Amino acid sequence: MMLVNWTHVGPTVVAAFLASLVEFVEALTVVLAVGVVRGWRGALMGSGAATLVLLAIIAILGPALTRIPLGTVQLVVGVLLLLFGLRWLRKAILRAAGVIALHDEAAIYDKQAQALRRQGASGGWDKIAFATAFKITMLEGIEVVFIVIALGAGGIGLLLPASFGALAALAVVVALGIVVHRPLSRIPENTLKFVVGVLLSAFGTFWVGEGLGLTWPGQDWSILGLIAGYLVVASIVVPMCRGRATAATSTP
Amino acid sequence: MSWLKSILREIFGLFVDDGSFAIAILVWLVLFWLLLPHLPIAPSWQGAILFAGLVVILVESALRRARQR
Repeated sequence: MMLVNWTHVGPTVVAAFLASLVEFVEALTVVLAVGVVRGWRGALMGSGAATLVLLAIIAILGPALTRIPLGTVQLVVGVLLLLFGLRWLRKAILRAAGVIALHDEAAIYDKQAQALRRQGASGGWDKIAFATAFKITMLEGIEVVFIVIALGAGGIGLLLPASFGALAALAVVVALGIVVHRPLSRIPENTLKFVVGVLLSAFGTFWVGEGLGLTWPGQDWSILGLIAGYLVVASIVVPMCRGRATAATSTP
Repeated sequence: MSWLKSILREIFGLFVDDGSFAIAILVWLVLFWLLLPHLPIAPSWQGAILFAGLVVILVESALRRARQR
């Protein structure tokens, strides 16, 4: 019988949902631009082809991971998740502090639409529309696949909740895209990225610890402690970064 | 094949944005792994030390980037 650790399932679903939501919103912006500017046939076929490739990757990697000892998977996935999550959290801190520009879906949509118009019309099969939609779906989709596998491979029975979180995010974004029919710029993407950075960093730290055979105080409940710890630290660092940036610009 | 190259570059970019930040994380993890058996601390504190090291790297890197603005 498969033993599911329920203290992991909740945070896993939430982390997979929020992280995937951000990635799908980014993909939707470009696919919308392709569909509106160059036509929906190429846009949907490009996205569909990329989705099939991604599903094939999951079908190959998912079962293969179950054959590797759990400790090894936790360590390798944990290190990758740490690099990924801390990089995301650092960027979110710098965005929140105003050091780097905020992510703006409406601006990205306009820029992409202009670039697609400049390519000129194509008769019949639109290679540009297909390639653009394929590439963005692959790029963002690979991130989702990594997130699902990284969050799901660290514990027994977590791949399904992680996949559920990602699929729920896909359903939400597709539904909103059909209804709204323009970039989802009202979704607080920068705040979501901050939260996701905290969650992924916490999971990465926990999996690395598990892989190294650490004894976590409170065992699995430590994940919640790590989430709180990263959240507190990140919230303190934002005003510190803002202060440093202001001092740097005001110094002649 | 340029799209394949850009996808591979993008995958690398998922994990490495600021090179020194990524290297610092990896160095800390290796150091922690090597020193772990020799650290005279209670096992329940090991996780806290791992976390503290990562936090120091994160804070230092973010502040350094903010100064470079």
